[in-house]
Amino acid sequence: MGLRQFVDKIKPTFSEGGKLGFLHSTFEGFETFLFVPNTTTSKGAHIRDCNDIKRVMIVVVLALIPAMLFGMYNLGYQAGIEGILPAFWFGFLKMLPMIIVSYVTGLAIEFAFAQKRKHEINEGFLVTGLLIPMVMPVSVPLWIVALSTAFAVIIGKEVFGGTGMNVFNPALLARAFAFFAYTPQMSGEAVWYADGATGATALEQLSTTGAMQWSALDAFIGLIPGSMGETSTLAILIGAAILLFTGVASWRIMLSVFVGGLAFGYLFDAVGLTEFPAYYHLLVGGFAFGAVFMATDPVTSAQTNTGKWIYGFMVGALAILIRVINPAYPEGMMLSILFMNALAPLIDYFVVERNIARRKKLIKNVK
Amino acid sequence: MKLSKNFTNPLAANNPVIVQILGICSALAVTVKMEPALVMGLSVTFVCAFSNLIMSLLRNGVPSRIRIIVQLVVIATLVIVVDQFLRAYMYDVSKQLSVYVGLIITNCIVMGRVEAFALGNKPWDAFVDGVANGLGYAFILVLVAFFRELFGSGELFGIEILGDWYTPNALMLFPPMALIIIGCIIWVHRTINKDLQEK
Repeated sequence: MGLRQFVDKIKPTFSEGGKLGFLHSTFEGFETFLFVPNTTTSKGAHIRDCNDIKRVMIVVVLALIPAMLFGMYNLGYQAGIEGILPAFWFGFLKMLPMIIVSYVTGLAIEFAFAQKRKHEINEGFLVTGLLIPMVMPVSVPLWIVALSTAFAVIIGKEVFGGTGMNVFNPALLARAFAFFAYTPQMSGEAVWYADGATGATALEQLSTTGAMQWSALDAFIGLIPGSMGETSTLAILIGAAILLFTGVASWRIMLSVFVGGLAFGYLFDAVGLTEFPAYYHLLVGGFAFGAVFMATDPVTSAQTNTGKWIYGFMVGALAILIRVINPAYPEGMMLSILFMNALAPLIDYFVVERNIARRKKLIKNVK
Repeated sequence: MKLSKNFTNPLAANNPVIVQILGICSALAVTVKMEPALVMGLSVTFVCAFSNLIMSLLRNGVPSRIRIIVQLVVIATLVIVVDQFLRAYMYDVSKQLSVYVGLIITNCIVMGRVEAFALGNKPWDAFVDGVANGLGYAFILVLVAFFRELFGSGELFGIEILGDWYTPNALMLFPPMALIIIGCIIWVHRTINKDLQEK
Protein backbone atom coordinates (compact mmCIF):
# COMPACT_ATOMS: atom_id res chain seq x y z
CA MET A 1 0.00 0.00 0.00
CA GLY A 2 1.47 3.32 -1.04
CA LEU A 3 1.82 6.21 1.32
CA ARG A 4 -0.81 8.22 -0.53
CA GLN A 5 -3.38 5.45 -0.15
CA PHE A 6 -2.54 5.11 3.51
CA VAL A 7 -2.97 8.84 4.12
CA ASP A 8 -6.26 8.84 2.24
CA LYS A 9 -7.43 5.85 4.23
CA ILE A 10 -6.85 7.41 7.64
CA LYS A 11 -8.06 10.85 6.57
CA PRO A 12 -11.73 10.42 7.61
CA THR A 13 -10.65 9.49 11.14
CA PHE A 14 -9.02 12.88 11.52
CA SER A 15 -11.61 14.98 9.71
CA GLU A 16 -14.44 16.92 11.29
CA GLY A 17 -16.67 14.46 13.13
CA GLY A 18 -14.16 11.62 12.94
CA LYS A 19 -12.91 9.72 15.92
CA LEU A 20 -9.74 11.76 16.24
CA GLY A 21 -11.24 14.91 14.73
CA PHE A 22 -9.67 17.15 17.35
CA LEU A 23 -6.25 16.27 15.92
CA HIS A 24 -7.13 17.47 12.41
CA SER A 25 -4.50 20.26 12.40
CA THR A 26 -1.80 17.79 13.32
CA PHE A 27 -2.93 15.45 10.58
CA GLU A 28 -3.03 18.25 8.06
CA GLY A 29 0.44 19.36 9.12
CA PHE A 30 1.88 15.92 8.44
CA GLU A 31 -0.09 15.45 5.24
CA THR A 32 1.21 18.68 3.72
CA PHE A 33 4.63 17.75 4.99
CA LEU A 34 4.49 14.58 2.88
CA PHE A 35 2.51 15.82 -0.13
CA VAL A 36 1.88 19.09 -1.92
CA PRO A 37 -1.64 20.19 -0.92
CA ASN A 38 -4.17 19.87 -3.74
CA THR A 39 -6.46 22.64 -2.56
CA THR A 40 -6.49 26.14 -4.02
CA THR A 41 -7.25 29.42 -2.34
CA SER A 42 -10.90 30.14 -2.94
CA LYS A 43 -11.29 33.82 -2.12
CA GLY A 44 -9.30 37.02 -2.04
CA ALA A 45 -6.55 38.15 -4.37
CA HIS A 46 -3.54 35.91 -4.37
CA ILE A 47 -0.34 35.49 -6.30
CA ARG A 48 0.45 32.15 -7.90
CA ASP A 49 3.97 31.35 -6.85
CA CYS A 50 6.04 28.32 -6.03
CA ASN A 51 7.29 30.04 -2.87
CA ASP A 52 5.25 29.29 0.23
CA ILE A 53 6.10 29.69 3.89
CA LYS A 54 7.40 26.14 3.99
CA ARG A 55 9.92 26.70 1.21
CA VAL A 56 11.07 30.05 2.59
CA MET A 57 11.59 28.54 6.03
CA ILE A 58 13.55 25.60 4.62
CA VAL A 59 15.87 28.03 2.82
CA VAL A 60 16.51 29.88 6.07
CA VAL A 61 17.23 26.61 7.84
CA LEU A 62 19.69 25.72 5.05
CA ALA A 63 21.35 29.11 5.44
CA LEU A 64 21.71 28.49 9.17
CA ILE A 65 23.44 25.15 8.71
CA PRO A 66 27.00 26.44 8.01
CA ALA A 67 26.93 28.54 11.17
CA MET A 68 25.46 25.65 13.15
CA LEU A 69 28.03 23.09 11.96
CA PHE A 70 30.85 25.49 12.61
CA GLY A 71 29.43 26.32 16.03
CA MET A 72 29.46 22.61 16.92
CA TYR A 73 33.09 22.26 15.84
CA ASN A 74 34.02 25.43 17.71
CA LEU A 75 32.55 24.09 20.95
CA GLY A 76 34.91 21.15 20.78
CA TYR A 77 37.79 23.36 19.70
CA GLN A 78 37.23 25.70 22.66
CA ALA A 79 37.11 22.70 24.98
CA GLY A 80 40.59 21.82 23.75
CA ILE A 81 39.74 18.70 21.75
CA GLU A 82 42.23 17.74 19.02
CA GLY A 83 41.13 16.90 15.50
CA ILE A 84 38.23 18.18 13.48
CA LEU A 85 35.87 15.21 13.77
CA PRO A 86 36.24 14.54 17.53
CA ALA A 87 35.80 18.26 18.23
CA PHE A 88 32.72 18.38 16.01
CA TRP A 89 31.28 15.26 17.63
CA PHE A 90 31.82 16.77 21.09
CA GLY A 91 30.00 19.96 20.11
CA PHE A 92 27.27 17.99 18.33
CA LEU A 93 26.48 16.05 21.49
CA LYS A 94 26.38 19.29 23.51
CA MET A 95 24.10 21.10 21.11
CA LEU A 96 21.72 18.30 20.12
CA PRO A 97 19.78 18.20 23.44
CA MET A 98 19.19 21.96 23.24
CA ILE A 99 17.90 21.75 19.68
CA ILE A 100 15.61 18.85 20.59
CA VAL A 101 14.27 20.61 23.70
CA SER A 102 13.63 23.82 21.80
CA TYR A 103 11.79 22.03 18.96
CA VAL A 104 9.74 19.76 21.20
CA THR A 105 8.60 22.60 23.49
CA GLY A 106 7.84 25.05 20.70
CA LEU A 107 6.14 22.61 18.37
CA ALA A 108 4.03 21.13 21.18
CA ILE A 109 2.69 24.61 21.98
CA GLU A 110 2.19 25.48 18.30
CA PHE A 111 0.29 22.23 17.71
CA ALA A 112 -1.86 22.76 20.78
CA PHE A 113 -2.82 26.30 19.70
CA ALA A 114 -3.47 25.23 16.11
CA GLN A 115 -5.71 22.46 17.38
CA LYS A 116 -7.61 24.76 19.71
CA ARG A 117 -8.05 27.57 17.21
CA LYS A 118 -8.73 25.22 14.33
CA HIS A 119 -6.16 26.67 11.96
CA GLU A 120 -3.25 25.16 10.08
CA ILE A 121 0.07 24.56 11.70
CA ASN A 122 2.55 27.09 10.42
CA GLU A 123 6.11 26.32 9.60
CA GLY A 124 7.53 29.46 11.20
CA PHE A 125 8.78 27.57 14.20
CA LEU A 126 11.14 25.47 12.10
CA VAL A 127 13.47 28.47 11.97
CA THR A 128 12.77 29.82 15.45
CA GLY A 129 13.40 26.42 16.99
CA LEU A 130 16.85 26.30 15.45
CA LEU A 131 17.67 29.94 16.16
CA ILE A 132 16.97 29.66 19.88
CA PRO A 133 19.76 27.17 20.72
CA MET A 134 22.12 29.05 18.43
CA VAL A 135 21.89 32.27 20.44
CA MET A 136 22.23 30.64 23.86
CA PRO A 137 25.46 29.93 25.73
CA VAL A 138 26.39 26.25 25.71
CA SER A 139 26.19 25.64 29.46
CA VAL A 140 22.65 26.98 29.87
CA PRO A 141 20.40 24.41 31.61
CA LEU A 142 17.88 22.72 29.34
CA TRP A 143 14.88 23.79 31.44
CA ILE A 144 15.80 27.42 30.78
CA VAL A 145 15.77 26.67 27.05
CA ALA A 146 12.34 25.06 27.40
CA LEU A 147 10.93 27.87 29.55
CA SER A 148 12.15 30.69 27.32
CA THR A 149 10.92 28.88 24.21
CA ALA A 150 7.50 28.50 25.80
CA PHE A 151 7.47 32.18 26.80
CA ALA A 152 8.49 33.32 23.32
CA VAL A 153 5.91 31.17 21.54
CA ILE A 154 2.98 31.95 23.85
CA ILE A 155 3.56 35.59 24.84
CA GLY A 156 5.57 36.62 21.78
CA LYS A 157 3.58 34.91 19.08
CA GLU A 158 0.35 33.11 19.89
CA VAL A 159 -1.27 35.96 21.83
CA PHE A 160 -0.80 38.17 18.78
CA GLY A 161 -2.44 35.59 16.54
CA GLY A 162 0.34 33.18 15.59
CA THR A 163 2.93 33.10 12.82
CA GLY A 164 3.05 36.29 10.80
CA MET A 165 1.29 38.41 13.41
CA ASN A 166 4.06 38.71 15.99
CA VAL A 167 5.53 42.10 16.83
CA PHE A 168 8.85 40.79 18.12
CA ASN A 169 11.24 38.21 16.76
CA PRO A 170 10.38 35.08 18.81
CA ALA A 171 13.93 33.70 18.95
CA LEU A 172 15.29 36.97 20.27
CA LEU A 173 12.40 37.23 22.70
CA ALA A 174 13.35 33.81 24.05
CA ARG A 175 16.90 35.01 24.51
CA ALA A 176 15.78 38.26 26.12
CA PHE A 177 13.56 36.34 28.54
CA ALA A 178 16.39 34.01 29.53
CA PHE A 179 18.84 36.90 29.74
CA PHE A 180 16.77 39.01 32.12
CA ALA A 181 15.26 36.16 34.12
CA TYR A 182 18.39 34.07 34.59
CA THR A 183 21.24 36.52 34.14
CA PRO A 184 23.88 34.44 35.98
CA GLN A 185 23.20 31.44 33.72
CA MET A 186 23.17 33.54 30.55
CA SER A 187 26.13 35.90 30.80
CA GLY A 188 29.39 36.40 32.58
CA GLU A 189 32.54 34.35 32.32
CA ALA A 190 31.38 30.89 33.34
CA VAL A 191 28.85 30.04 30.69
CA TRP A 192 30.64 29.97 27.35
CA TYR A 193 32.60 26.73 27.61
CA ALA A 194 31.27 23.23 27.40
CA ASP A 195 33.81 21.67 29.74
CA GLY A 196 33.40 23.92 32.78
CA ALA A 197 36.31 26.20 31.90
CA THR A 198 35.73 29.92 32.36
CA GLY A 199 36.80 32.97 30.46
CA ALA A 200 35.42 36.17 29.05
CA THR A 201 34.22 36.29 25.46
CA ALA A 202 35.96 38.49 22.94
CA LEU A 203 33.16 41.01 23.32
CA GLU A 204 33.50 41.20 27.10
CA GLN A 205 37.26 41.58 26.83
CA LEU A 206 36.84 44.39 24.34
CA SER A 207 34.33 46.23 26.48
CA THR A 208 36.36 45.96 29.70
CA THR A 209 39.97 46.19 28.53
CA GLY A 210 39.71 47.54 24.99
CA ALA A 211 41.62 44.60 23.52
CA MET A 212 41.03 40.88 22.97
CA GLN A 213 43.36 37.91 23.15
CA TRP A 214 42.33 36.63 19.70
CA SER A 215 43.30 38.07 16.34
CA ALA A 216 40.75 39.64 14.03
CA LEU A 217 41.19 36.66 11.69
CA ASP A 218 40.30 34.21 14.48
CA ALA A 219 37.22 36.28 15.21
CA PHE A 220 36.29 36.30 11.53
CA ILE A 221 36.66 32.54 11.15
CA GLY A 222 34.95 32.05 14.50
CA LEU A 223 37.53 30.36 16.73
CA ILE A 224 36.43 32.40 19.77
CA PRO A 225 34.08 31.52 22.63
CA GLY A 226 30.50 32.71 22.37
CA SER A 227 26.94 31.53 21.77
CA MET A 228 26.79 28.50 19.53
CA GLY A 229 25.82 30.07 16.25
CA GLU A 230 27.22 33.55 16.51
CA THR A 231 31.01 33.15 16.58
CA SER A 232 31.86 32.58 12.93
CA THR A 233 31.34 35.64 10.78
CA LEU A 234 32.55 33.57 7.82
CA ALA A 235 29.88 30.87 8.20
CA ILE A 236 27.25 33.55 8.74
CA LEU A 237 28.30 35.27 5.52
CA ILE A 238 27.85 31.97 3.66
CA GLY A 239 24.34 31.85 5.11
CA ALA A 240 23.81 35.46 4.08
CA ALA A 241 24.85 34.59 0.51
CA ILE A 242 22.25 31.79 0.42
CA LEU A 243 19.53 34.09 1.78
CA LEU A 244 20.36 36.88 -0.67
CA PHE A 245 20.75 34.58 -3.68
CA THR A 246 17.33 33.02 -3.09
CA GLY A 247 15.82 36.42 -2.34
CA VAL A 248 14.48 35.29 1.02
CA ALA A 249 16.08 38.05 3.10
CA SER A 250 16.20 41.72 2.25
CA TRP A 251 19.64 42.94 1.12
CA ARG A 252 18.60 46.47 2.08
CA ILE A 253 18.24 45.54 5.73
CA MET A 254 21.39 43.45 5.85
CA LEU A 255 23.51 46.11 4.21
CA SER A 256 22.11 48.99 6.22
CA VAL A 257 22.64 47.15 9.52
CA PHE A 258 26.33 46.77 8.67
CA VAL A 259 26.51 50.38 7.48
CA GLY A 260 24.86 51.65 10.66
CA GLY A 261 27.13 49.55 12.83
CA LEU A 262 30.28 50.65 11.04
CA ALA A 263 29.22 54.30 11.02
CA PHE A 264 28.69 54.38 14.76
CA GLY A 265 31.75 52.21 15.33
CA TYR A 266 33.92 54.76 13.51
CA LEU A 267 32.14 57.63 15.23
CA PHE A 268 32.92 56.26 18.71
CA ASP A 269 36.44 55.43 17.60
CA ALA A 270 36.92 58.98 16.36
CA VAL A 271 35.76 60.59 19.60
CA GLY A 272 37.95 58.21 21.58
CA LEU A 273 35.34 56.10 23.36
CA THR A 274 36.74 52.83 22.03
CA GLU A 275 40.35 51.76 21.69
CA PHE A 276 40.02 49.15 18.98
CA PRO A 277 39.30 49.32 15.24
CA ALA A 278 35.63 49.85 14.46
CA TYR A 279 35.34 46.78 12.23
CA TYR A 280 35.99 44.58 15.31
CA HIS A 281 32.39 45.30 16.25
CA LEU A 282 31.20 43.37 13.21
CA LEU A 283 33.37 40.36 13.97
CA VAL A 284 32.73 39.72 17.66
CA GLY A 285 29.53 38.92 19.51
CA GLY A 286 26.19 38.50 17.83
CA PHE A 287 26.34 41.46 15.47
CA ALA A 288 26.73 39.55 12.20
CA PHE A 289 24.32 36.82 13.29
CA GLY A 290 21.70 39.35 14.28
CA ALA A 291 22.15 41.36 11.11
CA VAL A 292 21.78 38.35 8.80
CA PHE A 293 19.24 36.12 10.54
CA MET A 294 17.36 38.23 13.08
CA ALA A 295 17.01 41.77 11.74
CA THR A 296 15.88 40.47 8.34
CA ASP A 297 12.91 38.54 9.75
CA PRO A 298 10.23 39.55 7.23
CA VAL A 299 7.45 39.62 9.82
CA THR A 300 9.00 41.92 12.40
CA SER A 301 11.10 44.24 10.20
CA ALA A 302 9.91 47.26 8.26
CA GLN A 303 7.96 46.49 5.08
CA THR A 304 8.60 49.53 2.88
CA ASN A 305 11.90 49.89 1.05
CA THR A 306 12.76 53.28 2.54
CA GLY A 307 11.62 51.95 5.89
CA LYS A 308 14.01 49.01 5.56
CA TRP A 309 16.97 51.35 5.13
CA ILE A 310 16.02 53.36 8.21
CA TYR A 311 15.21 50.25 10.23
CA GLY A 312 18.45 48.49 9.34
CA PHE A 313 20.62 51.53 9.96
CA MET A 314 19.03 52.10 13.35
CA VAL A 315 19.48 48.44 14.34
CA GLY A 316 23.20 48.59 13.61
CA ALA A 317 23.71 52.02 15.12
CA LEU A 318 21.78 51.27 18.32
CA ALA A 319 23.59 47.96 18.81
CA ILE A 320 26.96 49.73 18.80
CA LEU A 321 25.59 52.56 20.93
CA ILE A 322 24.48 50.09 23.63
CA ARG A 323 27.73 48.14 23.41
CA VAL A 324 29.91 51.18 23.85
CA ILE A 325 27.91 53.48 26.11
CA ASN A 326 26.08 51.08 28.42
CA PRO A 327 28.49 49.02 30.52
CA ALA A 328 25.68 46.80 31.86
CA TYR A 329 25.08 45.21 28.47
CA PRO A 330 28.23 44.22 26.59
CA GLU A 331 26.01 42.88 23.79
CA GLY A 332 23.57 45.37 22.30
CA MET A 333 22.35 43.49 19.24
CA MET A 334 19.48 41.70 20.97
CA LEU A 335 18.10 44.84 22.59
CA SER A 336 18.51 47.00 19.49
CA ILE A 337 16.69 44.53 17.22
CA LEU A 338 13.84 44.08 19.70
CA PHE A 339 13.55 47.84 20.09
CA MET A 340 13.47 48.43 16.35
CA ASN A 341 10.94 45.58 15.98
CA ALA A 342 8.64 47.69 18.11
CA LEU A 343 9.32 50.81 16.02
CA ALA A 344 9.12 49.15 12.59
CA PRO A 345 5.37 49.75 12.10
CA LEU A 346 5.86 53.41 13.02
CA ILE A 347 8.65 53.79 10.45
CA ASP A 348 6.42 52.20 7.82
CA TYR A 349 3.56 54.49 8.77
CA PHE A 350 5.63 57.63 8.21
CA VAL A 351 7.13 56.35 4.96
CA VAL A 352 3.65 55.61 3.61
CA GLU A 353 2.27 58.96 4.83
CA ARG A 354 5.13 60.81 3.18
CA ASN A 355 4.53 58.99 -0.07
CA ILE A 356 0.84 59.88 0.03
CA ALA A 357 1.68 63.53 0.69
CA ARG A 358 4.14 63.57 -2.22
CA ARG A 359 1.63 62.07 -4.65
CA LYS A 360 -1.05 64.51 -3.50
CA LYS A 361 1.26 67.40 -4.21
CA LEU A 362 1.87 65.97 -7.67
CA ILE A 363 -1.85 66.03 -8.44
CA LYS A 364 -2.14 69.63 -7.27
CA ASN A 365 0.71 70.68 -9.54
CA VAL A 366 -0.91 69.06 -12.57
CA LYS A 367 -4.13 70.94 -11.96
CA MET B 1 -30.73 42.82 45.28
CA LYS B 2 -29.40 46.08 43.91
CA LEU B 3 -26.95 46.38 46.75
CA SER B 4 -25.47 42.95 46.23
CA LYS B 5 -25.04 43.66 42.54
CA ASN B 6 -23.37 46.94 43.42
CA PHE B 7 -20.96 44.96 45.49
CA THR B 8 -20.22 41.99 43.21
CA ASN B 9 -20.04 43.83 39.89
CA PRO B 10 -16.72 45.62 40.51
CA LEU B 11 -15.17 42.44 41.83
CA ALA B 12 -15.43 40.50 38.58
CA ALA B 13 -17.55 41.54 35.61
CA ASN B 14 -16.66 45.22 35.83
CA ASN B 15 -13.32 44.99 37.61
CA PRO B 16 -11.57 48.40 37.66
CA VAL B 17 -8.15 46.97 36.75
CA ILE B 18 -8.78 44.19 34.25
CA VAL B 19 -11.91 45.53 32.57
CA GLN B 20 -11.66 49.31 32.87
CA ILE B 21 -7.83 49.17 32.78
CA LEU B 22 -7.47 51.76 35.55
CA GLY B 23 -4.80 51.96 38.23
CA ILE B 24 -2.26 50.07 36.12
CA CYS B 25 0.75 52.16 37.16
CA SER B 26 0.53 51.27 40.83
CA ALA B 27 -0.30 47.68 39.92
CA LEU B 28 3.09 47.48 38.23
CA ALA B 29 4.97 49.31 40.95
CA VAL B 30 3.91 47.72 44.22
CA THR B 31 3.35 44.10 43.28
CA VAL B 32 6.86 42.72 43.70
CA LYS B 33 5.89 41.31 47.09
CA MET B 34 2.59 40.26 48.66
CA GLU B 35 2.75 42.43 51.76
CA PRO B 36 3.02 45.88 50.15
CA ALA B 37 0.48 44.83 47.52
CA LEU B 38 -2.04 43.87 50.17
CA VAL B 39 -1.47 47.05 52.17
CA MET B 40 -1.73 49.15 49.03
CA GLY B 41 -4.97 47.42 48.07
CA LEU B 42 -6.51 48.02 51.48
CA SER B 43 -5.35 51.65 51.49
CA VAL B 44 -7.02 52.29 48.16
CA THR B 45 -10.15 50.52 49.42
CA PHE B 46 -10.24 52.83 52.45
CA VAL B 47 -9.71 55.99 50.41
CA CYS B 48 -12.17 54.94 47.74
CA ALA B 49 -14.88 53.97 50.22
CA PHE B 50 -14.71 57.12 52.37
CA SER B 51 -14.22 59.58 49.52
CA ASN B 52 -17.33 58.06 47.95
CA LEU B 53 -19.22 58.33 51.25
CA ILE B 54 -18.19 61.91 51.96
CA MET B 55 -18.78 63.16 48.44
CA SER B 56 -22.15 61.44 48.39
CA LEU B 57 -23.11 63.26 51.59
CA LEU B 58 -21.95 66.56 50.13
CA ARG B 59 -23.36 65.95 46.66
CA ASN B 60 -26.34 68.33 47.01
CA GLY B 61 -24.29 71.10 48.60
CA VAL B 62 -21.40 71.32 46.17
CA PRO B 63 -21.86 73.49 43.05
CA SER B 64 -20.97 71.42 40.01
CA ARG B 65 -18.44 74.03 38.78
CA ILE B 66 -16.12 73.50 41.72
CA ARG B 67 -16.81 69.84 42.40
CA ILE B 68 -13.41 68.62 41.13
CA ILE B 69 -11.51 70.77 43.59
CA VAL B 70 -13.75 69.66 46.45
CA GLN B 71 -13.19 66.03 45.48
CA LEU B 72 -9.45 66.61 45.45
CA VAL B 73 -9.51 68.10 48.93
CA VAL B 74 -11.48 65.16 50.27
CA ILE B 75 -9.33 62.53 48.56
CA ALA B 76 -6.08 64.25 49.51
CA THR B 77 -7.12 64.45 53.14
CA LEU B 78 -7.95 60.75 53.21
CA VAL B 79 -4.65 59.86 51.54
CA ILE B 80 -2.73 61.87 54.13
CA VAL B 81 -4.59 60.01 56.88
CA VAL B 82 -3.61 56.69 55.31
CA ASP B 83 -0.02 57.81 54.81
CA GLN B 84 0.37 58.94 58.42
CA PHE B 85 -1.25 55.77 59.67
CA LEU B 86 1.15 53.57 57.69
CA ARG B 87 4.15 55.56 58.88
CA ALA B 88 3.07 55.22 62.46
CA TYR B 89 2.11 51.56 62.56
CA MET B 90 3.69 49.86 59.52
CA TYR B 91 6.91 51.75 58.93
CA ASP B 92 8.66 49.05 56.88
CA VAL B 93 5.78 48.65 54.46
CA SER B 94 5.43 52.42 54.25
CA LYS B 95 9.12 52.59 53.24
CA GLN B 96 8.59 49.97 50.55
CA LEU B 97 5.55 51.71 49.14
CA SER B 98 7.39 55.06 49.23
CA VAL B 99 5.72 57.59 46.93
CA TYR B 100 2.98 55.25 45.82
CA VAL B 101 0.90 55.92 48.93
CA GLY B 102 0.85 59.62 48.11
CA LEU B 103 0.07 58.80 44.52
CA ILE B 104 -3.24 57.19 45.52
CA ILE B 105 -4.58 60.72 44.94
CA THR B 106 -3.91 60.28 41.24
CA ASN B 107 -5.34 56.75 41.11
CA CYS B 108 -8.02 56.97 38.46
CA ILE B 109 -10.24 54.49 40.26
CA VAL B 110 -10.83 56.82 43.26
CA MET B 111 -11.74 59.92 41.30
CA GLY B 112 -13.55 57.85 38.70
CA ARG B 113 -15.88 56.31 41.25
CA VAL B 114 -16.57 59.67 42.91
CA GLU B 115 -17.40 61.28 39.59
CA ALA B 116 -19.32 58.38 38.12
CA PHE B 117 -21.13 57.03 41.13
CA ALA B 118 -20.97 58.97 44.40
CA LEU B 119 -22.27 62.25 42.95
CA GLY B 120 -25.48 60.59 41.83
CA ASN B 121 -26.21 58.05 44.55
CA LYS B 122 -27.15 57.82 48.20
CA PRO B 123 -24.36 57.60 50.83
CA TRP B 124 -24.75 53.92 51.68
CA ASP B 125 -24.76 52.81 48.03
CA ALA B 126 -21.77 55.02 47.33
CA PHE B 127 -19.91 53.57 50.29
CA VAL B 128 -20.55 49.98 49.14
CA ASP B 129 -19.49 50.88 45.62
CA GLY B 130 -16.24 52.36 46.95
CA VAL B 131 -15.48 49.30 49.05
CA ALA B 132 -16.23 46.95 46.17
CA ASN B 133 -14.09 48.84 43.67
CA GLY B 134 -11.24 49.06 46.14
CA LEU B 135 -11.47 45.34 46.82
CA GLY B 136 -11.61 44.58 43.10
CA TYR B 137 -8.39 46.54 42.72
CA ALA B 138 -6.82 44.90 45.78
CA PHE B 139 -7.72 41.45 44.51
CA ILE B 140 -5.87 41.93 41.22
CA LEU B 141 -2.88 43.46 43.02
CA VAL B 142 -2.61 40.52 45.37
CA LEU B 143 -3.05 38.05 42.52
CA VAL B 144 -0.26 39.67 40.51
CA ALA B 145 1.96 39.90 43.59
CA PHE B 146 1.30 36.24 44.33
CA PHE B 147 2.81 35.15 41.01
CA ARG B 148 5.61 37.69 41.14
CA GLU B 149 6.75 36.90 44.66
CA LEU B 150 6.31 33.16 44.32
CA PHE B 151 8.24 32.82 41.07
CA GLY B 152 10.51 35.83 41.51
CA SER B 153 11.79 35.09 45.00
CA GLY B 154 10.30 31.68 45.83
CA GLU B 155 8.54 33.24 48.82
CA LEU B 156 5.08 34.36 49.95
CA PHE B 157 4.81 37.13 52.57
CA GLY B 158 8.57 36.74 53.03
CA ILE B 159 8.29 33.05 53.99
CA GLU B 160 10.17 30.62 51.80
CA ILE B 161 7.76 28.40 49.89
CA LEU B 162 9.81 26.93 47.07
CA GLY B 163 12.98 25.28 48.31
CA ASP B 164 16.60 25.53 47.23
CA TRP B 165 15.95 23.61 44.02
CA TYR B 166 14.08 26.58 42.62
CA THR B 167 16.06 29.16 40.66
CA PRO B 168 14.33 32.52 41.10
CA ASN B 169 13.16 34.12 37.88
CA ALA B 170 14.58 37.64 38.07
CA LEU B 171 12.34 38.88 35.26
CA MET B 172 9.38 38.52 37.62
CA LEU B 173 10.84 41.31 39.74
CA PHE B 174 10.84 43.74 36.80
CA PRO B 175 7.70 45.79 36.07
CA PRO B 176 7.26 44.46 32.49
CA MET B 177 6.43 41.03 33.87
CA ALA B 178 3.62 42.55 35.98
CA LEU B 179 2.15 43.92 32.77
CA ILE B 180 2.38 40.48 31.15
CA ILE B 181 0.76 38.84 34.19
CA ILE B 182 -2.10 41.37 34.13
CA GLY B 183 -2.42 40.61 30.43
CA CYS B 184 -2.70 36.91 31.18
CA ILE B 185 -5.34 37.58 33.88
CA ILE B 186 -7.32 39.62 31.35
CA TRP B 187 -6.94 36.76 28.85
CA VAL B 188 -8.36 34.22 31.32
CA HIS B 189 -11.07 36.63 32.46
CA ARG B 190 -12.29 37.27 28.92
CA THR B 191 -12.20 33.60 28.04
CA ILE B 192 -14.63 33.03 30.90
CA ASN B 193 -16.75 36.16 30.32
CA LYS B 194 -17.35 35.91 26.58
CA ASP B 195 -19.50 39.06 26.43
CA LEU B 196 -16.42 41.17 27.21
CA GLN B 197 -14.56 40.04 24.10
CA GLU B 198 -14.11 42.77 21.52
CA LYS B 199 -15.31 41.87 18.06
